[in-house]
Amino acid sequence: MKQPPALLEIRNLAVEFQMHGTPITAVKDLSLTLRAGTTLALVGESGSGKTVTSQAILGILPRSARISAGEILFTPPGEETVDIAQLHPDQPAMRALRGDQISIIFQEPMVSLSSMHTIGNQIMEAMLLHRDCSKQEAREATIEMLRLVGFPEPQKAIKRYPFELSGGLRQRAMIAMALICRPALLIADEPTTALDVTVQAQILKLIKSLQQEFNMAVLLITHDLGVVANMADDVVVMYHGEVMERGPAKALFEAPRHPYLKALFSAVPHFDMRAGERLTPIREIEHDIDHFRRLRTPWTEEQMTAGPHLQVSQLSKSFSAHSGSWFGGGEVHHHLAVQDVSLEIGCGECFGLVGESGCGKTTLSKMLMRAVQPDSGKLLYNDRGRMIDLLKLEGEELRAFRPKMRIVFQDPFSSLNPRMTVLNILVEPMQIHQVGDAASQLQRARELMALVGLDPRYLNRYPHSFSGGQRQRISIARALALDPELLIFDEPVSALDVSVQAQILNLLKDLQHELGLTYLFISHNLAVVDYIADRIGVMCRGQLVEVGRREQIFRNPQHPYTKALLAAVPYPDLSRPLDFELLESGRHNVPELWPDPYCAPSDGDLELIEIEPDHQVRRQPIEQLERSLMS
Amino acid sequence: MGRYILNRLLLMIPTLIIISFIIFVIIQLPPGDYLESYISELESQGESIDHHQIEMLRQQYGLDEPFLMQYWTWATGMLVGDFGYSFEYGLPVTDVVGDRLFLTTVISIFTIAFTWMIAFPIGMYSATHQYSWGDYGLTFLGFLGLATPNFLLALVMLYFANVTFGTSIGGLMDPEYVNQAWSWDKLKSVLEHLWIPVVVIGTSGTAAMIRRLRANLLDELHKPYVVTGRAKGVPPFKLLVKYPLRTALNFFIADIGNMLPSIISGAEIVAVVLSLPTTGPILIAALQSQDMYLAGSFLMFLAILTVVGVLVSDLALALLDPRIRLQGGSR
Repeated sequence: MKQPPALLEIRNLAVEFQMHGTPITAVKDLSLTLRAGTTLALVGESGSGKTVTSQAILGILPRSARISAGEILFTPPGEETVDIAQLHPDQPAMRALRGDQISIIFQEPMVSLSSMHTIGNQIMEAMLLHRDCSKQEAREATIEMLRLVGFPEPQKAIKRYPFELSGGLRQRAMIAMALICRPALLIADEPTTALDVTVQAQILKLIKSLQQEFNMAVLLITHDLGVVANMADDVVVMYHGEVMERGPAKALFEAPRHPYLKALFSAVPHFDMRAGERLTPIREIEHDIDHFRRLRTPWTEEQMTAGPHLQVSQLSKSFSAHSGSWFGGGEVHHHLAVQDVSLEIGCGECFGLVGESGCGKTTLSKMLMRAVQPDSGKLLYNDRGRMIDLLKLEGEELRAFRPKMRIVFQDPFSSLNPRMTVLNILVEPMQIHQVGDAASQLQRARELMALVGLDPRYLNRYPHSFSGGQRQRISIARALALDPELLIFDEPVSALDVSVQAQILNLLKDLQHELGLTYLFISHNLAVVDYIADRIGVMCRGQLVEVGRREQIFRNPQHPYTKALLAAVPYPDLSRPLDFELLESGRHNVPELWPDPYCAPSDGDLELIEIEPDHQVRRQPIEQLERSLMS
Repeated sequence: MGRYILNRLLLMIPTLIIISFIIFVIIQLPPGDYLESYISELESQGESIDHHQIEMLRQQYGLDEPFLMQYWTWATGMLVGDFGYSFEYGLPVTDVVGDRLFLTTVISIFTIAFTWMIAFPIGMYSATHQYSWGDYGLTFLGFLGLATPNFLLALVMLYFANVTFGTSIGGLMDPEYVNQAWSWDKLKSVLEHLWIPVVVIGTSGTAAMIRRLRANLLDELHKPYVVTGRAKGVPPFKLLVKYPLRTALNFFIADIGNMLPSIISGAEIVAVVLSLPTTGPILIAALQSQDMYLAGSFLMFLAILTVVGVLVSDLALALLDPRIRLQGGSR
């Protein structure tokens, strides 16, 4: 008996881009087979041709690109095989396939949904286009689909606009939109990269369960090997548009053969790393530190013992927002972004701050930088043995203090001015603070470039000619321009590929040790924090819920929220799949649902209580717990 | 909604008071007043002047009163519909401006509609066919329209309209209907003449608008949400209209507030050339002869139009864009 053809079979596909008249090959000689009901993961760094492949399958390649060779054979269940490579993208036959038999979920649910139309309208659209049905029927199907993807109130949700939803719900709406016509093939292009780990786990679970329900094939595009391990049956690894390795997930994870795949595995930080073990980036960077070490005087014992490098006590900040529409009236809501946060960062320490988006991490960092004025609280800074109260600094004093504490932002694309050369970017802080003359500033800029492993000859280039990782190194160099003592990193590697991430993390580690810097490292990625931080604070809803040394948090987590965060991290290891049942949707970050003794009782407050040396958890005090048990 | 509009309306009051004061100051800035320029004109023509009579006129119109008193009389008069007296015409300002106001509004509305009707299809075509011959060709035509002086185009069109269709030169209607009551024939005559000023005034605006629409659309065309729509299998034209065009519209709605007064005041020279019975030529004459109440009231009229236009465009924006409607209040 002849075997039925696979749902999708790509043979020797090549895609070319026309750049200034010269063809550039984005994908060459790609072949893969995807059967109904299975998941194939396409793994690679950005620029490896994963997304271009997905666009070719959907016939939505950019205008400058074209399929130059090969076949994309698509056989919907019970229908004839079509070669998508032969169809014109705007041909009705191709349009009929898009959104009906093949659909896609994109990475950024915010920008991928139109904010001018309700999600109901956008979900319904594909159904009205491809099915012969009335508006009413489409509406009902949409409500049903929204229920299926886990919207709490689908009848109401249908009238919501994307910007009214959280990131997780937006991605669910996106999935509903992709699945409304029950496609045979779903392409998921980095579907969870922009989401928090806990939300990521929920979305992955959702895709998996819907896949079973519809017997749908999933082409999963990702760079996260942890996600691959949890989702994929087969894996294709791409590098520079070419397939490096392919095969069943099991074989690849147990015995990666190709050096690139091996390198990819060793570039990802994971929880089982030995103390002091280093990540091996795919491309190591060399940096030159000599000039800087000569300039810096190490802290004396006396200076170190004067106090922690930064002491935060009882810091609070609330924002007010008008609720509802501006037609509706003006009810003002006060939202506590940061609530009584106290923490200490020791000299030369790296303190990791972890939490989901919206938990107040960034607001906290802005208050430390004196960019946002706290409502209450105290900030003490150890200026080489002299404790200064940061919140009292004003005017010239504050300006003089600024060089000591610098920040590096998440997005290296928007945090560098595209109209300034790298030289201008690096020299600007020195000009503002009038450090040295033009010649010494130029010299300093050259040294800074060498410090972060970039060629000083690139100083006259503009940021756009650098890759994401290189730009982040420029940001780091800028932060180091004024010889700071304390650096704040706000998600510095979240926007970067794993291989580049390893580079940057190693660089940060080296710089810290060699220059004796103190770090506050903010991230939602626990594995990254585990790799770099000495002590870790876990934040939820503006409060610290658990603080401890790295190994205490990871080996002996106490708080349910910490546990949920840890459980949601996908391991690049087939023998440790995510426990989807444990991650009930959205329960972990609702303080009212935490079990005793972590839930605030009606008659008392929660406190950070030391449960072992250096390890504190926010819970009810023992006496109070006993009291409530007695009564 | 109601509360918002009320707030905005209340806010208009201080705005207009401040504007009216500034207008009055500016009008009074040139030395002398209407009577002085009137006297010097008479003297230059060699006529004798009855100083007694002049003095009486001066008292009658309060021209010898202090500045603030004059302002007060004018500003409070406007509240009850008394816009003052035009020296030049010897009539109350309302009588001078009345009919012309109506015709000005008609021309403006038609001009806006004309601009949009031409600019939108061309702008959409240019954006979707960027760097094609069609794009270049239409862009060239647009710039040609922008570069041709309006009054020149006006003269050319007048000539051809007269030669080809036998339309009478100048004005907004055939001469026999001027000062007649409104009738069906008069309306027909107005429509017959209307297209010339509309095309002339519209041409320059159209070119600018094509370029702006093209630029706005190009920004939106490659946004991810458009790709999403495409991935759903939406046909190209529907995709263009539903997603990027809808977003690009915001700009034009926001522009209405500026468009109303600029079309009305920008068309003065054309109005003179075409001898249109609109308000533009009056304003120029009034400013020249220091006919202060006429000029002041006219400028006030433009100010009101601007303030109302901005309000209208803000409300339209809110209706069109849910982000503004639902998030506008958050800070």
